Amino acid sequence: MYAYDEIDRTLVNERVSEFRDQVKRRLSGELTEDEFKILRLQNGVYLQLHAYMFRVAIPYGTLATNQLRALAHVARKYDRGYGHFTTRQNIQFNWIKLAELPDAVEDLAKVGIHAMQTSGNNMRNVTSDQWAGVAPGEIEDPRIWSELIRQHTTLHPEFSFLPRKFKIAITASDHDRAAIKIHDIGLRLIKNEKGETGFEVLVGGGLGRTPFIAKTIKHFVHGRDILSYIEAILRVYNQYGRRDNIYKARIKILVHELGIEKFSREVEDEWQHIRNSSLQIDDEVIEDIRSRFTYPAYEKLPHMPDELRQAAADPDFEAWRKNSVAPHKVQGYSIVTISLKPTGGPPGDATAEQMDALADLADRYSFGEIRVGHEQNLALPHVAKRDLPALWKALDKLGLATPNVNLITDIIACPGLDYCSLANARSIPIAQELTRRFANHELANLIGRLHINISGCINACGHHHVGHIGILGVEKNGEEVYQITIGGRADENAALGTLIGPGVKFDEVADVVEDIVEAYLALRERPEELFMDTVKRLGVEPFKERVYATR
Amino acid sequence: MTSPLEQKKIKIAGPSIVTANRTWDGIVVYRTAAKGWSAELSEAAIVRNSDEARALLAEAVADDVGAIGPYIAPVQVGEDGKILPGNLREQIRRTGVTIGQPAQV
Repeated sequence: MYAYDEIDRTLVNERVSEFRDQVKRRLSGELTEDEFKILRLQNGVYLQLHAYMFRVAIPYGTLATNQLRALAHVARKYDRGYGHFTTRQNIQFNWIKLAELPDAVEDLAKVGIHAMQTSGNNMRNVTSDQWAGVAPGEIEDPRIWSELIRQHTTLHPEFSFLPRKFKIAITASDHDRAAIKIHDIGLRLIKNEKGETGFEVLVGGGLGRTPFIAKTIKHFVHGRDILSYIEAILRVYNQYGRRDNIYKARIKILVHELGIEKFSREVEDEWQHIRNSSLQIDDEVIEDIRSRFTYPAYEKLPHMPDELRQAAADPDFEAWRKNSVAPHKVQGYSIVTISLKPTGGPPGDATAEQMDALADLADRYSFGEIRVGHEQNLALPHVAKRDLPALWKALDKLGLATPNVNLITDIIACPGLDYCSLANARSIPIAQELTRRFANHELANLIGRLHINISGCINACGHHHVGHIGILGVEKNGEEVYQITIGGRADENAALGTLIGPGVKFDEVADVVEDIVEAYLALRERPEELFMDTVKRLGVEPFKERVYATR
Repeated sequence: MTSPLEQKKIKIAGPSIVTANRTWDGIVVYRTAAKGWSAELSEAAIVRNSDEARALLAEAVADDVGAIGPYIAPVQVGEDGKILPGNLREQIRRTGVTIGQPAQV
């Protein structure tokens, strides 16, 4: 966990009183909506279809149990008893009243969480690997660097009025769980040949109506130079980024139009001016941040405790363990992913009761720490293997032990037309139907790893471009129509999916997905060949033929 | 289901209303003939041509404290005078999400 210092606590508390005053002036009519809008957006407050939506940051996806309980409290007291975890390590409340928002903000500030950097054309919440600090083989904990960037960019005037929103993600593992290649800047923590810590820097990734996979702009930037290098990128973006056209304002467009070579030369020129300035990071600064991350006092535990051996006789436990439990860097411990994708449920939603109960379980079994991943699931990062059977029983009672992590029903979906004012079509009911169609876990396991991502409009909050199967809802002649892509992925081999043909109607989407899956099962050469391997081997044609032969 | 954010020209093809969200709590409201707001669609003022629509929208925009984000939305008016939403977006705004809410399941 990270412990905020006095500066951060003061910043968060001052924001509460500022926002309370702004809301008061808005409700009295002293501020117009036009004047207030930028202020509410700086505090994560959007207007959606039914009400205001309040988006709260969970920096680098790390939550303490008192923070999760505070989120449950906000859900219960100010909202309708649940929250929605998003693809960028935030949580959204969908039914909140403006008049009560200052109280909610104050209640969250008491536990050190806030909504800064969750909206507006600024540097957004820096995201990272939800297994940070516990994944075996990691270079080092990427949250140290995430926190450094968070401190530097929070309320930084140069980054508060950018041409458009700006997102950074950091990973420190070979397998990218932070989807860095679809971010404005992606950082991959590496060591150079001298053993020094630094970053491969990628730039210009993003989805939306013009999707791009990020390109490597520099293969190694020393850790001490990372702030100046990021700042150089942002200065070039600030100077050349399109402010005249919202659809061309993201850095991905600039990188694409200039070309990565010219863009990198511009950045290099800028960097030479600032790299030896005060932006160069002293080792003491990093060490100070590092010292504020506390790690559990792990016990020396056996690799295979008796409790785990005995529980292996229970097939339901084994199914969950094999699916949702991952190796930990410390012997005797595990990382447990908690699926927020129950059969028939909206992806990423958790009730206040589930959040409270999960906080209790994290206190008992995970040293008081919870993680939030971009796949809209949660994780307990430090579970002793001996506790896995007891934890599973408790999660099962809460409806939080669905063994479908990374399987076909582990669907990423945006709120869609059920909530969002930008959406053209519904996303969640499509996801719900698919979780019912593929509710049989034996079938889901037979299919193997397969990610379905659903967006209700071209803005792509559901990351449909990088779903193994991507589903994009659009509107055509007043009806919801869904375009299907296959072959996308968001990991270290990130790729954009290929459209397989004309859009299909709402009622046909689940049938189409079934057809694609049946085609895959018939086409794969062996059970170990994953869906993505089959697509890579054969292309989209066989799938297209299967889907449209009878339509 | 075109977003109101993309609604640039005022041109209506049939009976329409002006809708927005109430400022203090964000709930869906409809502009009434009495120059106020109501949470009931049945109390919405109906406009039938572009001039009427423009006038009703201008009046709604002027009430910045009462409600925010006003826009024109199509409706269907039955022979009995009953007003129904004219598209799925407005249907969802009127009757709520189509998915069940987790806290209520």
